[in-house]
Amino acid sequence: MEITRDLKNHKVQLSENAIALVKKICRRFNYEEGELINILHAVQSQFGYLPAEIQELIAKELDISVAKVYGVVTFYSFFTMKPKGKYPISLCMGTACYVRGAENILNEIKRQLNIDEGETTPDGLFSLSSLRCVGACGLAPVLMVGEKVYGRVAQADVRKIISEYKAGCPTHPSKE
Amino acid sequence: MTQKIQLNINGFPVDVKPGTTILEAASKVNVTIPTLCYHKDLCVAGNCRVCVVEVAGQKRLSAACATPCEDGMDILTNSLKVRNSRKHIIELLLSEHNADCTKCYKNGKCELQLLASEYKIMTQDFIELLPWKDYTIDMISPSIIKDDSKCIRCQRCVRTCAELQGVNALTVAYKGDKMKISTFFEKPMNDVVCTNCGQCVNRCPTGALVEKNYVEEVWDAISDPGKHVVVQTAPAVRVGLGEDLGFDPGTRVTGKMVAALKRLGFDSVMDTDFSADLTIMEEGTELLTRLKKALKDKDPDVKLPMATSCSPGWIKYIEHMYPEYLGNLSTCKSPQQMFGALVKTYYAKARNLDPSKIVSVSIMPCTAKKFEAARSEMHDSGYRDVDYVLTTRELSIMIKQAGIDFMSLPDMEFDRLMGESTGAAVIFGVTGGVMEAALRTAYELVTGRPVPFENLNITAVRGMTGVKEASIKIENPLKEWKFLDGVELRCAIAHGLINAKTVMDAVKAGKANFHFLEVMACPGGCLGGGGQPIPTNAEIRDKRAKAIYEEDAWKPIRKSHENPEVQKIYKDFLGEPLSEVSHHLLHTKYTSRQRF
Repeated sequence: MEITRDLKNHKVQLSENAIALVKKICRRFNYEEGELINILHAVQSQFGYLPAEIQELIAKELDISVAKVYGVVTFYSFFTMKPKGKYPISLCMGTACYVRGAENILNEIKRQLNIDEGETTPDGLFSLSSLRCVGACGLAPVLMVGEKVYGRVAQADVRKIISEYKAGCPTHPSKE
Repeated sequence: MTQKIQLNINGFPVDVKPGTTILEAASKVNVTIPTLCYHKDLCVAGNCRVCVVEVAGQKRLSAACATPCEDGMDILTNSLKVRNSRKHIIELLLSEHNADCTKCYKNGKCELQLLASEYKIMTQDFIELLPWKDYTIDMISPSIIKDDSKCIRCQRCVRTCAELQGVNALTVAYKGDKMKISTFFEKPMNDVVCTNCGQCVNRCPTGALVEKNYVEEVWDAISDPGKHVVVQTAPAVRVGLGEDLGFDPGTRVTGKMVAALKRLGFDSVMDTDFSADLTIMEEGTELLTRLKKALKDKDPDVKLPMATSCSPGWIKYIEHMYPEYLGNLSTCKSPQQMFGALVKTYYAKARNLDPSKIVSVSIMPCTAKKFEAARSEMHDSGYRDVDYVLTTRELSIMIKQAGIDFMSLPDMEFDRLMGESTGAAVIFGVTGGVMEAALRTAYELVTGRPVPFENLNITAVRGMTGVKEASIKIENPLKEWKFLDGVELRCAIAHGLINAKTVMDAVKAGKANFHFLEVMACPGGCLGGGGQPIPTNAEIRDKRAKAIYEEDAWKPIRKSHENPEVQKIYKDFLGEPLSEVSHHLLHTKYTSRQRF
């Protein structure tokens, strides 16, 4: 489900369909406050992220405070309030990856895309986040684009990976 | 027979009931354990850890506030291990805290500063984390300043907003080192559902949440020879102010307060109690008019129950949460705003003063009154009706700054014209008070006889129960009120917005059958207001309430309609309750606001 963004006012316009979908999800969970996390999960899987307008709508449906919803959304790193890029890049900053130079990789990605952690490129293609251990320490340092895992990434690989996604055909195989 | 638990604290044996925490048990043997996140009014959080104690046989220290006593426990509250840990905990809290204490509004009143002073924290063993903290200072609200750099994340404010007020304007956002106390999307407090009640301000241990203070502005006005500065004092201030100036809780300091205000240089010291009496005249008449429309004229559009409108926290709450019930609110302005509108009209005329030269100041137990005075509709005198609102705490600051030895002051009387009050007005400061005052007048207006209660004390509406209900049967009314004969006038009283929610949800569900509803936003009513001395808790609220009822009992006149200055203002200026002049100056409209 797409959300229209009024970039000038940084406001999100929810279409009738989008509103109906959120309402349907809340109804599916019986409007129970205790189901808030599941509701947020379901809504984010439909929209990709949880902007203020959607949080307000959920609060209204469940008859709870918007601040409470906001507290839950900000607490769990799985939830995001900014739209992720078409190709979300996550870099592992766990111990193994870190000691094998993950920070250099992170800086290189930031430099190449000109964005910070938690941000999305203006063209909407890439977003960047770091995470803690994907359970592939043997491949450190590890980088993920969407579900795809790249192991033993060197600083020089970053440009290549990014340009492949820019070209629209992510065929780069994992090194293992 | 209830089971007893026996334990030792620092070697002293103590017996407690099951469920008692170590902290409560310690206070029984006069052992003080420091706390920060703990507050008597709130649920236990156990997050600040400064109350850690050693339990013999246990390797880890326990938080005294969150650990129930067990039989045979041997507790040390001052061992070397406890002292060192506690000191480290305070140091860690300070490493994230903007400890620029001399420039802080709470300097000398901050619980963290006090602990740092007690434990003589002279060194800095931990890296200063504040420069990396993402913090904001929100000064937009006319009532409350929120400064995240001072926040120790004890969450007293969040618990207050949720548990006592049910407003949930504040939440805990993010986690770990990024955790912060935030509104929805970190909007300014003024842009969210915050009612400005200031209960969070009253409970914040540091300077993270404070009232916006107008002390300097008031000093400037007093020092300006071209200005005539009038001050009014709310009923609850006189039973709270003493606590900040050396007296025990529950001390009535009315006369000393008047004397202090005169010494501060106010040109006229008058009483909000006067306009509280006036409120009863207007609101009582409004209630009877609505009852007449409903019962006699069978008007289907009349809105009942009618709700009181004295508490600006309650007004903003209903504007956000139940905007469809704004018609149920009495149209009466609060006593503060009635007084303000009259100062620049009635008083100015009587004293032959240019209203543009009058500065009208009010001393309130309340932070929401600052917002109320700043509302755009509160300009009916042609000027801003109340220029500055100071809390009880701010008045004590001025008194200290002026070098006044408050305890030795003689008692003085309010100035005349708008300084006379009755016992009915005094009890506006306690939950149930407006109801009791209204009943004393309305019943007599309708029947020609005083309310049928011993010494006019309507005890059914008194006390600290969250929601109170009472009824009074009207018998043998005067001729024009014949339609009320045999009618059981039913009332409900709520204090603390969480209780207002209970009542309003009942109204919404059609389960409420009462005619008149009193709501005060703060627990205990105004005497427990957000602007009252810190600490405020149940025990202190009880003492202040006792003092208010003493003041009422002591007053020679105890019914609003018998206030001679109220009678005079109707004769000379207003005409009669709900007259055209009254409508223009003393009544108002409300604004529907968003909840989401």
